[in-house]
Amino acid sequence: MVYLTRRYRFSAAHRLHNDALPDEENRRLYGKCDNPFGHGHNYVLDVTVAGEVDLATGMVFDLGLLDQTVQREVLERFDLTNLNQDTEEFRALVPTTENVCVAIYDLLRDKLRGGERWPTARLERVRLEETSSNFFEYNGGLAGDRTARRTL
Amino acid sequence: MIYVTRRAEFSASHYYHNPDLSPEENRRLFGKCNNPHGHGHNYTLEVTVAGEVDPTTGMVMDLKELKKLLEAEVLEQMDHKFLNEEVAVFSTKIPTTENIAVEIWKMLEPKLRLGKLHRIRLYETPDLYVEYLGD
Repeated sequence: MVYLTRRYRFSAAHRLHNDALPDEENRRLYGKCDNPFGHGHNYVLDVTVAGEVDLATGMVFDLGLLDQTVQREVLERFDLTNLNQDTEEFRALVPTTENVCVAIYDLLRDKLRGGERWPTARLERVRLEETSSNFFEYNGGLAGDRTARRTL
Repeated sequence: MIYVTRRAEFSASHYYHNPDLSPEENRRLFGKCNNPHGHGHNYTLEVTVAGEVDPTTGMVMDLKELKKLLEAEVLEQMDHKFLNEEVAVFSTKIPTTENIAVEIWKMLEPKLRLGKLHRIRLYETPDLYVEYLGD
């Protein structure tokens, strides 16, 4: 099994706020990230695909297909958007980087099954850097309660 | 168990071509990487060794020894080389980053004393890397 990781970048605005909680609790929990005007990040996304090395090509997966899939499913959806206001995924979910990481995994998982051409290929992991000092990783395990609501 | 990682860099050229496939199929599959004159990368290799901390030295393994091993087994053979033409194993195997990572594992794994090879991570560019853990 070989793991192939490709790096992508996107920029987006968000606000961390859960409208099921009082304003003071939101300020306490999220601090500056609760600013109602929102703020932005340059996210760095690492997508890891696992599989056996294909004998004919020496490759685990088609990189062009990986690029197209991430472009279509993730970058076109999230790049240069306000995650809270412009995306379906975060209409009712706080766009913490944890939740963005899980959402990206869910968007990609079925699209990165290798099918007949790459039968062993599968999405292994999504790693998302919010800043160079913090990052989040998700490999499809339990992701907790993802129903927390935010202020529209 | 403690994991120690040593980084090394090498520069090499390669191209992707499978002689069993037609020229059109090779171009379709490998795109620009199929150019027979080759193209190059600055590879960054990260070798991770796992082991227990030795109570006398406080170390998992002698890092100088690991550095020498990387130089002798990997860099000597691959640095500033045309992988397809000059590294024997790649005369029959396409030198994709996947295959290079697996071959580096095979070069190092039998030579490591003290500590067990845990992972080979090989960056082809800062935005693309491959990992192999031996299975």
